[in-house]
Amino acid sequence: MKRVKRRYLFLQLECDSVPAEREFVDAVWASVTKLYGEVGASLTGLALINFDAERKVAVLRVTLATLSMMRASLAAITSIAGKEAAVNVVGVSGTLKALYARVQ
Amino acid sequence: MTRAFSDLHLRVNPKDQQATRKIIIKAARFRYTQISIPFTSNLNEEELTKLKATCTESGLDFVSRADFRPRSENELTHFLRKFRRRFEVICVICDSKEVARQAAKDRRVDLLSFPSLDHHKRFFDRAEAELASCSLAALEVDIKPLLILEGPPRVRLLTSLRREVALAREFKVPTVVSSGVAEERLMRLPRDLASLTFLFGLDEAQALEATSTNPAAIVARNREKLSNRFVAPGISIIKEGKPS
Repeated sequence: MKRVKRRYLFLQLECDSVPAEREFVDAVWASVTKLYGEVGASLTGLALINFDAERKVAVLRVTLATLSMMRASLAAITSIAGKEAAVNVVGVSGTLKALYARVQ
Repeated sequence: MTRAFSDLHLRVNPKDQQATRKIIIKAARFRYTQISIPFTSNLNEEELTKLKATCTESGLDFVSRADFRPRSENELTHFLRKFRRRFEVICVICDSKEVARQAAKDRRVDLLSFPSLDHHKRFFDRAEAELASCSLAALEVDIKPLLILEGPPRVRLLTSLRREVALAREFKVPTVVSSGVAEERLMRLPRDLASLTFLFGLDEAQALEATSTNPAAIVARNREKLSNRFVAPGISIIKEGKPS
């Protein structure tokens, strides 16, 4: 079986209040399913790797094949837990090491 | 070399200085290189100068742009005659077929905008695309409705945009993607803005062109035309001789 290529996304959240990890993940899933449906969402291989509520940053892992879908879904987020918010993709990389090196 | 991104449609009211300043600072933080805030026909030179100064302070290149929503062909030609040489970018908001056709034909129009959500009122069809391809007009797509709409209206808008963008590609009409936002919170990083175009069928290269190369080309072409040294396309004054 062919190995699934993945990408890690470093995200910066823009919101007035600090969302909980669960609220953030729910907002991401809601955006993906709203735009691409449940079948589309199942292809993304979406996983939350890291969430720092204090710095309002998060790291997500997705499959390379659905990277464009994920970027569009993240850009389409306008609220988290009913409060105005935006999610900016600061960096994308194939390994966590390179991702952290790039954004620091 | 890093890519230079443009957002030619930030819909903030230039009279609201605080909001304008916030938007400009955020655009600079997001590393846009060119931004534009549209003026209507009642131009205030003082406001324009102030905006340019604020943008320069933040390291941004301000592009003067006028948006016009004419009700007839005559109104459009009258507006173009009056304002073409005062703005670097002219956008025509097409609310009727008559205006849309005339705007697509006229070489003085840079951007064609179809803001209506009703697909009967979006006039970018094959005929319009063919006319636009012969002139220099580009199709402008605002991203804001995609962010604020949900459900069936967004689905209908995506269907219209997909069709229009495919037609533009077929007839080699450049597409310009702008944010069209008035609120700071709805602004997106240039690459995030480009990634939203994936929803209506642009691939990565086309999306990046629509947010960087295409708008920059329009601005560069018009700046050249508006400069004192311009004579005709391809001909400009390089050096002036001394009278003997």
